[in-house]
Amino acid sequence: MIKTVELTKSFEVKKSEPLQVLKGVSEHIKKGEAVSVIGPSGGGKSTFLRCLNLLEKPCGGHIIFEGVDITEKDVDINIHRQKMGMVFQHFNVFPHLTVLDNITLAPVLLKKRSKAEAADQARELLARVGLADKAAEYPKRLSGGQKQRLAIVRALAMEPDVMLFDEPTSALDPEMVGEVLDVIKDLVKEGMTSVIVTHEMGFAREVSSRVLFMDGGVIAESGKPDEVLNHPQNQRTKEFLSKVLV
Amino acid sequence: MGEYVSNVIKIMSEYWDVFLITGVGYTLLLSAITVALGAVLGMVFCLGRMSRIAPLRWLVIAIVEVVRGTPMLLQLYVGYFLVPQLLPFPVSDFFSISVALIVNSAAYLSEVFRSGIQAVDPGQTEAARSLGLSAGQTMVKIIIPQATKNILPALGNEFITIIKETSLASTFFVGELMTSYLKVKGATYLTMECLFIVGALYFLLTFVLSKLLNAFERRLKEND
Ligand SMILES: Nc1ncnc2c1ncn2[C@@H]1O[C@H](COP(=O)(O)OP(=O)(O)O)[C@@H](O)[C@H]1O
Ligand SMILES: [Mg+2]
Repeated sequence: MIKTVELTKSFEVKKSEPLQVLKGVSEHIKKGEAVSVIGPSGGGKSTFLRCLNLLEKPCGGHIIFEGVDITEKDVDINIHRQKMGMVFQHFNVFPHLTVLDNITLAPVLLKKRSKAEAADQARELLARVGLADKAAEYPKRLSGGQKQRLAIVRALAMEPDVMLFDEPTSALDPEMVGEVLDVIKDLVKEGMTSVIVTHEMGFAREVSSRVLFMDGGVIAESGKPDEVLNHPQNQRTKEFLSKVLV
Repeated sequence: MGEYVSNVIKIMSEYWDVFLITGVGYTLLLSAITVALGAVLGMVFCLGRMSRIAPLRWLVIAIVEVVRGTPMLLQLYVGYFLVPQLLPFPVSDFFSISVALIVNSAAYLSEVFRSGIQAVDPGQTEAARSLGLSAGQTMVKIIIPQATKNILPALGNEFITIIKETSLASTFFVGELMTSYLKVKGATYLTMECLFIVGALYFLLTFVLSKLLNAFERRLKEND
């Protein structure tokens, strides 16, 4: 589904010394996989994820999404982004639109759905995540957990082939983490291909088919949750896990 | 003192239409035209300033810096002499002065728009783009509606500033409030009384408008 080849990314923090954040990441995320990405802060997890839909422009390497190299110059990335849903740490719901309009905006604009059709689909999605009664509200009236569930169904309304989650529960109060993780769990169970950057080790172990440990701009270790989380081979993985208490 | 008061009353009873209809009327008209068209041109400047095309950015930066760095009166002179020369058909002084005021206002407003747009959380753009919206769709559907809340109060303030600045247009006798002053003073030789009248009118205009604006801003905040 998504394959990266020798992906590199540097940020020009100061002119003379670029900060290399991704140092050649080659990874293949297959259809139906749920891949958790763990690792210390600053290790390049977000940058890696954001490169996948070109929110960050890679400096080198290739990203092959459903057979198309989207790093090629003449690719219309907007078309491919429709197939890649993304969920952000800080929700980024649209405050000037109602809950329903948050969801219908993109399908109406990009998939040429009728308003009514998109609204029906949106209500169905809202019901699935327990927000059926919030359709007419504005996001400021929602709790953090509700906002994140809204952000998830907003992405789902485009019927993506893969979902990218960047620490979807890190900005939430502890009592709201569960409700968001449950939604993601259900999605994964239904077979949605997912890449999830997370600090929730229990969640990673339970839902993912594979865990990547990222540190220093490379994928230092990759394998089944049990392998990486319980029997890490890499020294840095061991250190990291001993700190976060699995 | 009593003489002043009776003179003011006398002048007002004789020349009220010059002050209230011609003067206030043209001042408001000129200000409204300036802010309305200045906002449109300012939006164009703003888009140019944020464009990916570097020469376009430089052009707008140059215009904004020149407008900021030179006196308004000088800009009006330039408009007064330059606009008729540039256009193939004859134009009124009012038109030429309006053009100068509009360009001046547009330069200031373009920066207001830009900061209003930049104040919108970048996460909003990221979310919109991640759904597949183009940069243009994101601007129209997501950024501008949110930036408007930051921009509208500043637009009102610009209107109030322009009301006062249009007084400079009297140098060219275009007929606004300060021109009324010059006319009536010329006819009556009562300088202080005439100054008092136009001063009071300017104050009333800006005071009432800024109070209205405050009320409007408060309502914007409540709806937030
Ligand atoms: N837009 C940016 N400009 C400059 N440096 C950045 C930017 N985004 C991330 N970085 C830097 O890149 C490194 C990796 O960041 P990130 O990918 O966010 O790591 P993680 O998500 O694993 O915490 C960090 O050192 C961070 O400061
Ligand atoms: Mg991160």
